[in-house]
Order: sequence, then C-alpha cells, then structure tokens
Amino acid sequence: MIKKRYILNFPPDRGDKAFSYHLVKDYDIRINILKAEVYPGKRGSLLLELQGKKDNIENGVKYLQKNQITCEPLDKRIHLNEEKCIDCGNCTAVCFAGSLTMNKETWKLEFDKDKCVVCELCIPACPLNLFEIDFR
Amino acid sequence: MSKIKTYEEINQKLKSGKAVILTAEEVSKMALLVSPEEIVEKVDVVTTATFGAMCSSGAIINFGHPNPPIRMEKIRLNGVPCYEGLAAVDSYIGATACDPENPKYGGAHVIQDLLEGKDVILEAWGKGTDCYPRKHIRTKININTINEFTLFNPRNAYQNYNVAVNSTKKMIHTYMGTLLPNLRNATYSTSGELSPLLNDPEFKTIGLGTRIFLGGTQGFVVWPGTQFHTTKPKNELGVPVTNAATIAVIGNLKEMSADYIQAAYFEKYGVSMFVGIGIPIPILDVEIAKRVSINNSQIETSVLDYGTNGTPKLGQVSYKELQSGFIKVNGKKIRTAPVASLSKARKIANELKEWLQSGNFEISKPVQMFPQNTSLKSLKETEADND
Repeated sequence: MIKKRYILNFPPDRGDKAFSYHLVKDYDIRINILKAEVYPGKRGSLLLELQGKKDNIENGVKYLQKNQITCEPLDKRIHLNEEKCIDCGNCTAVCFAGSLTMNKETWKLEFDKDKCVVCELCIPACPLNLFEIDFR
Repeated sequence: MSKIKTYEEINQKLKSGKAVILTAEEVSKMALLVSPEEIVEKVDVVTTATFGAMCSSGAIINFGHPNPPIRMEKIRLNGVPCYEGLAAVDSYIGATACDPENPKYGGAHVIQDLLEGKDVILEAWGKGTDCYPRKHIRTKININTINEFTLFNPRNAYQNYNVAVNSTKKMIHTYMGTLLPNLRNATYSTSGELSPLLNDPEFKTIGLGTRIFLGGTQGFVVWPGTQFHTTKPKNELGVPVTNAATIAVIGNLKEMSADYIQAAYFEKYGVSMFVGIGIPIPILDVEIAKRVSINNSQIETSVLDYGTNGTPKLGQVSYKELQSGFIKVNGKKIRTAPVASLSKARKIANELKEWLQSGNFEISKPVQMFPQNTSLKSLKETEADND
C-alpha cells in the first residue's frame, strides 16, 4: 500500500466526467480530495491523495492520462528555491498543514511536500518570494 | 574578591590566541553546571548574534560628480526614491523606500543589487545652477563606480520583541508575517538567549564605539538606536519583557556580503531588510558573566494581539516555550513560528568567534556609555496652523 498526492488538470471538455469514480471502482484506490477548482467548459484542477496498491495507482494514473488528464505527483509541481532560503520561518507560520516546519535542532526549514494541501499561503508569506506552485 | 578583567587584558589574550570564546548559547549551557565566578575565570568573550528584518536601515551613497555637474534635487535608483537633501551627489536610500507603483521592489532591493555587483539605473534631476548647470542625468552605476557605500541603520537589533497573534476572524498581514485568524498562529522575532542586547540588558559593555559584526564585516555601534527605551517592564532577572532598547550601527557596505544582508517584501506591508549583526561581549566581571548566562527559559516576552487596535497584551511567554513550537495563551494552545533566522544568527555568532580566535578582531571599550532611564514620547496631534 502506498499513499501519494497528485495534481490533476482537466482540459475543457473533460470536466464533467466521473473519473474519480473509476479510480475507486476499477482500480481499488482510496481517494481523498484535498483541493478542487472546477470551471465547466474551461478547466478543472484537483489535488488528490491516492492510496492503494502500487500497481493499481500506476494503472489508475495511466487511465487518467489516456483520457487527456494531466496527472503529476504533487512534489513535481511545488518548488522552493532552497539555495536562497534564509530559514526565517515566515512560511511555517501559515502552513497549518504541517508541510513546512523548522527543525528544532538546526532551525533550518524542512519541507515535507507530501503534507502540502496547496493552500498556497506560503507563496505570499515568503518575504523572499521563493515558492512556486503550479496547480492550475 | 572575584576576578575583574580589563579590555586590554582580553585583547592581549585574543592576540596571543589564548582567549576562550564561547557563543551565548554555549555559555548558557555551561552556566547550568558552572557558577558565574567560574565563568569569569574560564571565559573571555561571548559572541551574540541576530538575523532579522530591521526596517530602520539604509545606505549612504556618494555617486561621484558627472561632467557637466548636477545638483541632484530628485533622485531615483531603479525607480526607488532616495533622499535628495544632502548636497549635490550624496544620498541616503532607506531600506523601506519604494515607488508606490512598484511596492515589492524597494530600497533594500537596491542595496542588495548593488551589493551583489549588479548595475542599477541612477536617474536624477536638478534645477540647474551656475555651478551645477546640468538638469538631468540617467546612467548606470554599480558598487565599483560609486565612492562611499555605507550602511547606516538608525534602529537595529531590538532588545527583545513581542509575539504577534491575531484574535480577529480575518487573516492579517504584518511585519511579523501573516497572522491567521482566531489565534491560529503566533510569530516571534528574536534569537532568544543568543540575541545581543538580551545578553547585556543594562549596556555594561555595549556603547558608542563598540566594534561589531555587521553584514559580514566589521562595523560599529554609533549611537543608541531610535526609540531607545530603557524603562520598559523587566522580569526578576532584569531582562525587559517587551521591545525595549535598540542600537544604531554603521559599516562599509563595500566589504559586506549578501549572505548577511537580504532584501525582503512582506505581503501587504512593504519592503524591509534582513540584517546580520553579531556583538562580542567581554566577560569583565561576575555581573556580566551572570547576564550572559541567562537561557531561553529565563527570557520572557509579551504576546500582543495585532488584530486589535492598541495591540493589547494577551499574555507573557518564555523563549523556551516559543521555541518548543507551541505557547499557551488564555488556556488556548497556539502554534508558534519564528520570523527571524536562528540558523543564520548561529552562523554569525560562530563566524565572529572565528574572527576573535584568529586575533583579527579587537574588542573595543565604548568611548561613551548609553543613557539610562530613557522613555518614549508618542506623537501628540495638535491642530496645525493653516496660515
């Protein structure tokens, strides 16, 4: 069993299909919708946590891609320019998901991308503007 | 009688490589096992440091005279307004200055760009005079083309600072970072037991002329900082429990490093600048040994509600609690986050330690001590004369 977060982007003509139903029914994947922006006829974006057997998740992702839905692991879509980070901690103040935390020994920033819920509060909270999140 | 050391003795030991230097964190740990009397015997200098956003900062620049010359009466650097009331080609660029049309790029960014060796556009206007006939100039400058480039910060290194929370239902954006509604986070901005002015709360060693680490080079304390307040409430150890005294500092930006000077933009607040400061404290006597021995559980600060007008105090907590990740205010558990970098502050304290160990950094006795019993006036509004 593995658990991984993915960002799904739907093209304009795919927003009304019940893809998540098929992930559950056909691939035995437990899905958890963490964020959704659906604009019928325009686009749709989803943050999904997929939990299941590794093969099932891989096949489920392939099924989505076959249906013209972009499906990428969340950690590929969030970037922190670590080289420039000064470990001030401002981003950890807003990260209620616990994805961004300070190491209590070194006081360096730690980023557990698998806990991110794409609230995007860290983007404006960083005084150096070091975060980039590609959700849409 | 307990031991008393002089600046001269300590400097001799520094030169001969025999001085014992600890960071303020190391001496706080040592003090759990060792008495202040023994600390005076064993330790010569304690290094303290901070790396936080310090809005009251800026740089003095002399551009050099062009030919034909101009009396610069309006000045912009990359569009950021600079002070124009200093002779023909002198200026001061404040860290928080910005063009309202471009609020995310300000004086701190200009300072950082120059520090990193980038070209910056200087544009200036004058009315034209007999001795300065030119009326306009637009040219590129960089750190090598300008004469003086001096960091002069009127208020830095606050002695303690408040914890910020927000009790309202709306998220607010402040210089203490983004404060979530309903007391869902708390931010603090001091390096606690490593913080310079908390280790010498009564200014027994820090004064006018103290040589310090500033932005990666040697700088000086030149004056009490603005809003210098020495009579704020203190705890039983004599440490202020809110923001109190400050220092004004100066140093040569041409020798500084972008590792220790960092421009910043705080959402819906504005531009500021992170400044790295390290101050060596000579352990002259038992009293000073006691002061540097304090640890995070003995340093307290006030929790203020930034969402409410007048920022009412909601509680008082220690730095030990703040650094644990949670504080309790009125029975409610609140998640904490720093907004100043302790890891950078540690790096500064250690670098200063190395400078001292190598014998290249002399500690200096202040040429004048700071005033005592100071307080602040607020701005009283009186009817302005419209004549």
